[in-house]
Order: sequence, then structure tokens, then C-alpha cells
Amino acid sequence: MSTAVEATHHDAHHDHKPSGIGRWLFTTNHKDIGSMYLWFSFIMFLTGGAMAMVIRAELFQPGLQLIEPQFFNQMTTVHGLIMVFGAVMPAFTGLANWMIPMMIGAPDMALPRMNNWSFWILPFAFIILLGSLFMEGGGPAFGWTFYAPLSTTYSSDSTALFVFSVHIMGISSIMGAINVIVTIMNMRAPGMNYMKMPLFVWTWLITAFLLIAVMPVLAGAVTMVLTDKYFGTSFFDAAGGGDPVMFQHIFWFFGHPEVYIMILPSFGIISAIIPAFTRKRLFGYSSMVYATAAIALLSFLVWAHHMFTTGMPVFAELFFMYCTMLIAVPTGVKVFNWVATMWKGSMTFETPMLFALAFVILFTIGGFSGLMLAITPVDFQYHDTYFVVAHFHYVLVSGAIFSIMAAAYYWLPKWTGHMYDSTLAKTHFWASVISVNVLFFPMHFAGLAGMPRRIPDYATQFADVNQITSIGGFAFGLSQLIFLWVVIKCVKGGEKADAKPWEGAEGLEWTVPSPAPYHTFEKPPKVD
Amino acid sequence: MAEQQSYYVPASSPWPIVGAVGLGLIAWGAGHTVIDMSKEQDGYGSTVLIAGLIVMAVMLFGWFRDQINESMKGLYSDQLGVSYKQGMSWFIFSEVMFFAAFFGALFYARVIAVQWLGGDSNNAMTNEVLWPEFVAHWPLVNTPGGTETQAMGWYGLPAINTIILLVSSVTCHFAHTGLEQGKRKQLTAMLGVTIILGMIFLYLQGAEYIHAYEELGLTLDSGIYGNTFYMLTGFHGLHVTLGTVMLIIMFLRVLKGHFTPDNHFAFQATSWYWHFVDVVWLCLFVVVYVL
Repeated sequence: MSTAVEATHHDAHHDHKPSGIGRWLFTTNHKDIGSMYLWFSFIMFLTGGAMAMVIRAELFQPGLQLIEPQFFNQMTTVHGLIMVFGAVMPAFTGLANWMIPMMIGAPDMALPRMNNWSFWILPFAFIILLGSLFMEGGGPAFGWTFYAPLSTTYSSDSTALFVFSVHIMGISSIMGAINVIVTIMNMRAPGMNYMKMPLFVWTWLITAFLLIAVMPVLAGAVTMVLTDKYFGTSFFDAAGGGDPVMFQHIFWFFGHPEVYIMILPSFGIISAIIPAFTRKRLFGYSSMVYATAAIALLSFLVWAHHMFTTGMPVFAELFFMYCTMLIAVPTGVKVFNWVATMWKGSMTFETPMLFALAFVILFTIGGFSGLMLAITPVDFQYHDTYFVVAHFHYVLVSGAIFSIMAAAYYWLPKWTGHMYDSTLAKTHFWASVISVNVLFFPMHFAGLAGMPRRIPDYATQFADVNQITSIGGFAFGLSQLIFLWVVIKCVKGGEKADAKPWEGAEGLEWTVPSPAPYHTFEKPPKVD
Repeated sequence: MAEQQSYYVPASSPWPIVGAVGLGLIAWGAGHTVIDMSKEQDGYGSTVLIAGLIVMAVMLFGWFRDQINESMKGLYSDQLGVSYKQGMSWFIFSEVMFFAAFFGALFYARVIAVQWLGGDSNNAMTNEVLWPEFVAHWPLVNTPGGTETQAMGWYGLPAINTIILLVSSVTCHFAHTGLEQGKRKQLTAMLGVTIILGMIFLYLQGAEYIHAYEELGLTLDSGIYGNTFYMLTGFHGLHVTLGTVMLIIMFLRVLKGHFTPDNHFAFQATSWYWHFVDVVWLCLFVVVYVL
């Protein structure tokens, strides 16, 4: 990996920040925009989380007690949409904004004004989406996957608002991704060649490619839903020669790369943190790069494993099953590389490392349940049960979200210039890691026993397991308020952070002071 | 990769947030317009939509004006020029993927969905239970649900339009080489011809739609054949419209004496866009009309 030969230092006058609200509205600064993305993502995380609390409260007992089934459906739908498009993706974009220019020795993102536009579209998109919940007939209630005909024939009036808000979210993501990809390709400091880039940069390069490739397909899918519902087309209606299953093909052609969009940057984060707290170089850097590329490539060939029960020809089922299982190979390479990095390292367990370790273990559990789901005949049993819910929450919550937490704890000193309260941070970690397992682990058993997902009521034999799950859910939700507290405390003050607060950390971002100056590099730093 | 020169970072600008407001208004307005239309009621939807479009137009005008002024002042570094070119290429790639969704839908419907409805593969019972009368065919002029329509032939207007668009791509290329070689007259003339060809294409496309609606009974809601026909040609037509607007702006800038042989990103981007639109049409002509 790279080390800076000459650390670049900055005069005070370069640190001039515009003041007032205009700074945030008109900014072209990657750090401002990164911070806005991160705060926005956290607000959305709490909003989506509140909806999850509603879901868990309703499921605390069998029977219908708190909310109407239609509202329950709106909660599962909007919870999913918000967490995917509002929480996880903007958090990664925020981290990319903050870190990529500093990691590659660039002054800013390649297209700073477009960067600002990408961010500011998001609040409008989510206001529209959330606002549709209050319309007559309610908001979207067809699941975040908006399968036709639920989203066409049987959806509420507000569907058009869902469609257009997804459109502008997509515009935002595509512009954000173009910015990242161009920054990485064009703005690297001299000497920072591709195979010296930190893995976070590599994984984001590949993620950005995936985003540009599949977000337009999502736009196509929502457009077809719109015309099917309102303009009499029959893309997803067999009476006109279309097919509801075609919706699922188009959606999952987007959707599967999308789930890797939500995990590849995590791999980059973990690959930065584990070496730092192990005081060893990352084991198998180039194999990590190739594994990431392989996962991205395979992600285009596995979409129909979400659709094993739709009556596809056996040949297609087998093809998608084998391709899906192949993904375990590059993913395994990564997990083994992380473990090998730790092997005989002098490890310490600061908060980022705790989250990173939890990530490796819990993401691997999610990966294994994914392998189980990949087995076609077995999937016929698991499909649409809580086993699936357990699987993707293990990879997304204790995977993606944990990695975002790890990243925040790793780079907070760089962002704020202060060390955070590590006792409080470790409390957050232990509260989260225990409650997340209480929340999601029992779901595996509920699913294996046949409890269907997305239903507000259940048979009484599932009562115990749902009660445990709900208690875990409330605990996990409350634990995240500790995180908010840690961050606010850290922004406001605390022990002064060194330029490199972590002994084993490597990379250009640690060569600049903490907090990072408003404009990092005036001239490209030298990298050897 | 960048030379060891000082970095250039553009100053802050009000236009992105204006653009975000514009897109927000468009999304909200378009959503409510569609809802109002479906319920046949009056509402604020279309007003907000129009307001959003105006805000977007103002934003584009203002943003590009600033951009052009800064560029003419020579503020931009070579590195920024490379960023623009790469950004445009990736944008065009995203457009390719947007069309891919609709081409994919056409492929799936034609090769799989319609065949299965007709009992192909192991779907004999699908046909038997749902629409036993239905026989798979393409173009799907008789849908399983009973809608009847007529297919659009490839000869006549579509073939003429193909030639027009191909020629326009060539003239666009010559305009570009004219610019690069400093032959301003060739540039102006060829650019003008490209714009006119683009407009003729759009006019003929409109005529074809009228012919389809009034004489063939081929409408947006006449089954998957009409759906894919109108969505593909319609989105392509929108892109031609956008491309023509971009070409007109380039034409006006050329008349004002903008662009030099080695500094003309905006022109280059427009020309790439135009070639992209042309390639999409070729694919479209083959799979929508001819095959």
C-alpha cells in the first residue's frame, strides 16, 4: 500500500469556510457534501428504524392489535426502501465523498457541483416518498421489490409518486457514481497507480460501475410499472402478451447487483480497519481486488435465484444456482484474507476493530444462509419465509450497517479532530452486537418452521420466537441512540486527535492533520 | 493521469440546489399529474410539473452560462477536461443501460412470454387454462386478451428515417472534423445540416405515430407489441429531441465564435450523444421493425 513521501501541510487561509446556510446549499466541498450525506443517511436510518419498530411491535403478539394490515404492508415497504436507498447507499456515498479524495491525493471530487446536486436531490426524493404515506389510500404497500401486479393492478393511487421519487433517487445515485468513478480514474495523485489504491477506493470504483450499470434498469422497471398502472400498457400482464414474471427478471437484474452495491464498499472499509488494528499489511491485496471484480461480474449472472419458485425451466434454475454458489468462492477469498491478516498480528480491540470483527463473523453467517438459499430445491422451502428475512438482515445490518459504524468510528477523529468517548462507543458496540443477534438469529428458526414474511399476523406457535425477536429489535433500535450521542459528543469536543490516531493505520488520509483541512491537497502529494 | 499541476476546484454555485428543487417539483408534479389524470380530476399536479420544468430550464441555462463563461476565461485545467469527457462517457453508458431494460423487455416478451402463453416449452397447460384460442406469433397483433392491431412495417417511413439518422451522424462527424481542422464554414454548414436532419427525423416520427394510431390502430395500450414499440421509439424520440436541442445550442455557440480545435468539450459531448442516439436507432430499427 502507499505511503506519502511528503506530507502536505496547509496554511490557515486555505481553511476558510463560507458561513451560514449558504455554505451547505451551494457547497462544492467534498467534505461538506460527505457530512451532509452521512447525516442524511443517519436521519433516514432512524426513520426506517422507527418503521421497523412499528413492525416489531405489531408482531410482538399473534393477532392484529396495533395497526391495520394495509398499514403494516406500507411499513415493510417503506422501511425497505428507506433503508436501501436512504440509509445504506447515501452512507456509502458520504464515506466515498469524505475519504476517496483524501485517499488518492485529490483536492476534491472530480465534478464538485454535480456532487452537490446529487446530494440535494435526495431530501426531495424522500419527502415525496414519505409524503405519499399520508395520501388517501396510503403509500406504497407492495414491498420494496414492488412486484407486479401488486404495484400495478392492486396498488394505491400514490404509486405514481413512488415511481417518480425512485426516478430522482436513481438520478442522484447515477450522478454520484459517475463522480466517484471519474474521481478515481482521473484524479489520482502521481504515483498512485491502480494497484496502490486503498481497497476502499477499489471497492467503490467497482460499486460505482455497478450503480451506473443497474440504476437505469431500475428506472426502466419503475417506468414500466407506471405505464402499466396508468397508461394501459401490459408489460406485466399476460392478457396483453406480457408477463408478471418479466417484472421480476427486470427488477432483479437491477436488484442483485444492488445488494452488492450495498456490501462491496463494506469490504473496502473492513480491509482498511483490520490491518490497522492488527498492525500488519492486508493479506492478499491483489486477490482482494480480483475477488471484488469477480463478485461484481457474477452479480450480473445470478439474479433469478430470487425467483426459483416462479416456474422457470429447470435449466435456468440450475444455471442460476451454480452461478450463485460460485460467488462463495471470491467471498471466501475475502473472509480468509481478513482472517489471515489477523493471524499472528498484534491485535488491539478499539471500537472500529470490534465492529470489523463482528462484521466478519456475522456477515459470514449471512453469507452461509445465502448459500443455503442458493440451493434451488431447498429454496422452495425457504422462499418467502423469515429465513430470507434473517439472511438479508444479517448481511445488511450486521454486514453493511456494522461496516458503516466501523467506518464512522475509524474516521471520526479525522473528521472532527476529536477522539470520541470510547467507553460509550464500546457500550454502543456491545449493545448492538448482542441485540442484533437476539433480533435476527431467531428469525432463522421461525423461517425454517414455515413462518411467512410480510404478514402482520402469525400462527400461535411462532409467538415465543417473535417475542424474543421484537425485544431484540427494540434493544437494537435504542442502542443506535447511543451512537448518535457518541457522534454529537465527538463533534462538540473531546480529546484532541493526532493526524494519525491509530498506530497501525496506513494511507494518505492520515498524513493530513485532524480535523482534515477544508481543502486537503492544493497540489498533488507524491506517492511512491 | 494528472500532470503535476495545481488542482482546480470550481467555486460554489447556486445552480445545483436550484436543480434539486426543480427535480423535486418535477417528480411531485409529474406524480400528481398522473394521479389526477387517472382519477379524471383537476389538481395542482400539472401546475407544479410546469413550475418544475421552468425551474429546471432556468437552472440549465444558468449553470451552462456560468460554465461557458468560466471555460471561455480559461479557468479550467486539462484535468477537468478529462473529467468531463469521462463523465459524459459514463453518462452515455447509463443511457445504454436504460434502453437495455426496454430491449430486454422486448426480448423476453417475444422469445419467452408470448411463446409460453402459446403453450411452448412445458406450458401446454398455461395455454389450455388461460387462453386456449391463443396462438403465439410476432408481431403480437392479436393479444391473448383479444386486443387486435396491425404491425408497423419497416419499409417506408422507418427506412427513410434510418437513412436520415445515419446521414446525420456522418454530417455530425464532418462538423466535428471541420472544427478540429479549423474549417469553420464546414463546421457551421455540417452542423446546420445535422440539426435539420434531426428535425426531419422527429417530424417523420410524428407522422409515423399518427399513421400508427389512426390507420393501423397500433396504440400504446394495444398489447406488448405496441408497448415495446412505443416505449422504445418514444424514449428514443425524446433522446433525439434532447440531442437536437443540444445541437442547436452548439450551433448558436459556433455562430458566437466559441470552441477552438483543441478546446471544445461541449461540442464533442453533443456529438458523442448524437452518435449514441444513432446507434440506439439502428438496434431499434433491426429488432423493433425489421425482425
